[in-house]
Amino acid sequence: MLPLLRHARYVLSENPVTGLAFGLFAMFLLAAILGPVLAPYSPLQSNAAMTLKPPSAEHWFGTDQLGRDIFSRVLVATRLDLTIAFASVILAFMLGALSGVAAGYFGGWTDRVVGRLADTIMAFPLFVLAMGIVAALGNEVINIVIATAIINFPLYARVARAEANVRREAGFIEAARLSGNGEARVLLGHVLPNIMPIMMVQMSLTMGYAILNAAGLSFIGLGVRPPDAEWGIMVAEGANFIQSGEWWIALFPGAALMLAVFCFNLLGDGLRDIIDPRMRT
Amino acid sequence: MLKLLLSRLATAIPSIIGVIVVTFMLTRMLPGDPAAYFAGLAASPQAIAEVRTKLGLDKTLPEQFVAYIGELVHGNLGNSLSTGQPVVSEIATRLPASAELTLFALILAVGIAIPLGVLAAVKQGTWIDHLCRMITTAGVSLPVFFTGLLFAYVFYYLLQWAPAPTGRLDVFLSPPTDITGFYLIDSLLTGNLETFWGALRQLALPGISMAIFSLAPLARMTRGSMLAVLGSDFIRTARASGLAPRTVIFSYAFRNAVLPVITTLGMVFSFLLGANVLVETVFAWPGIGLYAVNALITSDYAPVQGFVLTMAVLYVALNLLIDFLYGLVDPRVRLG
Repeated sequence: MLPLLRHARYVLSENPVTGLAFGLFAMFLLAAILGPVLAPYSPLQSNAAMTLKPPSAEHWFGTDQLGRDIFSRVLVATRLDLTIAFASVILAFMLGALSGVAAGYFGGWTDRVVGRLADTIMAFPLFVLAMGIVAALGNEVINIVIATAIINFPLYARVARAEANVRREAGFIEAARLSGNGEARVLLGHVLPNIMPIMMVQMSLTMGYAILNAAGLSFIGLGVRPPDAEWGIMVAEGANFIQSGEWWIALFPGAALMLAVFCFNLLGDGLRDIIDPRMRT
Repeated sequence: MLKLLLSRLATAIPSIIGVIVVTFMLTRMLPGDPAAYFAGLAASPQAIAEVRTKLGLDKTLPEQFVAYIGELVHGNLGNSLSTGQPVVSEIATRLPASAELTLFALILAVGIAIPLGVLAAVKQGTWIDHLCRMITTAGVSLPVFFTGLLFAYVFYYLLQWAPAPTGRLDVFLSPPTDITGFYLIDSLLTGNLETFWGALRQLALPGISMAIFSLAPLARMTRGSMLAVLGSDFIRTARASGLAPRTVIFSYAFRNAVLPVITTLGMVFSFLLGANVLVETVFAWPGIGLYAVNALITSDYAPVQGFVLTMAVLYVALNLLIDFLYGLVDPRVRLG
């Protein structure tokens, strides 16, 4: 553990941007946990006297067409946006890592089935497939999670397959098998834990994409419904006012979204540097 | 050459089968009872049963699948509920608008990303390298619908350089004679420069928004692959033999470095076709993406299914083209 920490400190000092990303990440986490408590106004409370007001000392990010405080809405939305992205990434990891590890370890028909499944998903433009899935399953938030997980599945399955394939003949796996462990136990207890660091990097690299994808879906009206606060749908609401010059309605949720994606992309690169120094770019 | 083409075509067949099976599954997962849905709100149980028989929903799944294939072969994707028009013809009339936007964005992205990536690799560690890294990191983080909106605000509302972000052409201009369906090409062919300029102005903002989003993977790959090639022995030999730096970079290094970039084009197209939907929504661009989004809002599912299938088939075809291009550029693939 100590050398890893020292290496992490080295990477951080080498690339201060990664430190910035960790700071941003802590901020988003805090906003997600404490958002509803910290918000100065209710995110759903409309106020007919205060519609379409530009940013001021009272309303930092201004108010929207119903007089709702945009700062509160952006803050409260953090929890929903991050939850959707986390849930979909974890689901994609569970589906992808398990089937990928099995494919790489067993080979044969397991490999062929998983490979074919991943290829079929990759044959679609991913956002378009996600649209089709949410349209077919129904317009619910949970279906955004499922659709985002499905389009991320091939990435996890491929990485897990390649990593498991390398390790299947490794000494420690042979030893585990020879000491009488069943195949399932070898797979879950020895192969899977070994590829976890690489999977963690993959998860933080796909987080940004998952946030973008979920926000894109709600931007075109899928999943999250008004009046719920969510960055994508808030940008969509603000889009109606851009041509008349009310920029703050779309700008702040859009900037929050951009910052979150930026943070996770940097974090992914940083984690990769810490865990796998060979892949540094 | 023909053999290469055929072998590439063969690899696309499983993808096409997969795409058709998945779209079929998506049509069968429509929320609620499709028969009740298509029969309308006030339909009697008898009418619903009739629609079910008419739609073939009372048959087994394999039978339904065969029927679905039959419809596809005849180019039938069903009718739109809200307009009553066949989905195929609506998609066909809107496809040129989407294709023009996507190709414009692609050309722009390639035109910026490749020189940028090459320069960043040749002048590694200088300001242009940092600029390249900044653009690629920012490019993938920017939600494309948000960049589009920002551009519309800055260039239409504030600066008034760009026309109103609605549609392909200003209402006062008439569209050019329909030859290719691409306004830029058609207006040039008919010599109508006013329309050409008008169409270009409308195209600029959505095109640039999409290009920014998709140039990041291209620039990053170009830089990485140029760096790898520039560090190899044959480049050192070429340099040692006294070849001009220009010759070394362009005819020695770049030709070898371009192969992984071509592979990345597949991912770029996946990005572009997805971003297309969002950008068309922002700029009210009358393409198939906006058509699908409008259909989604009114719960009109046939156009959405048709859209997903069209996009997937296009994407498979584009990947095929990329594969073929790869074979043309790299003689080793042709022999193998």
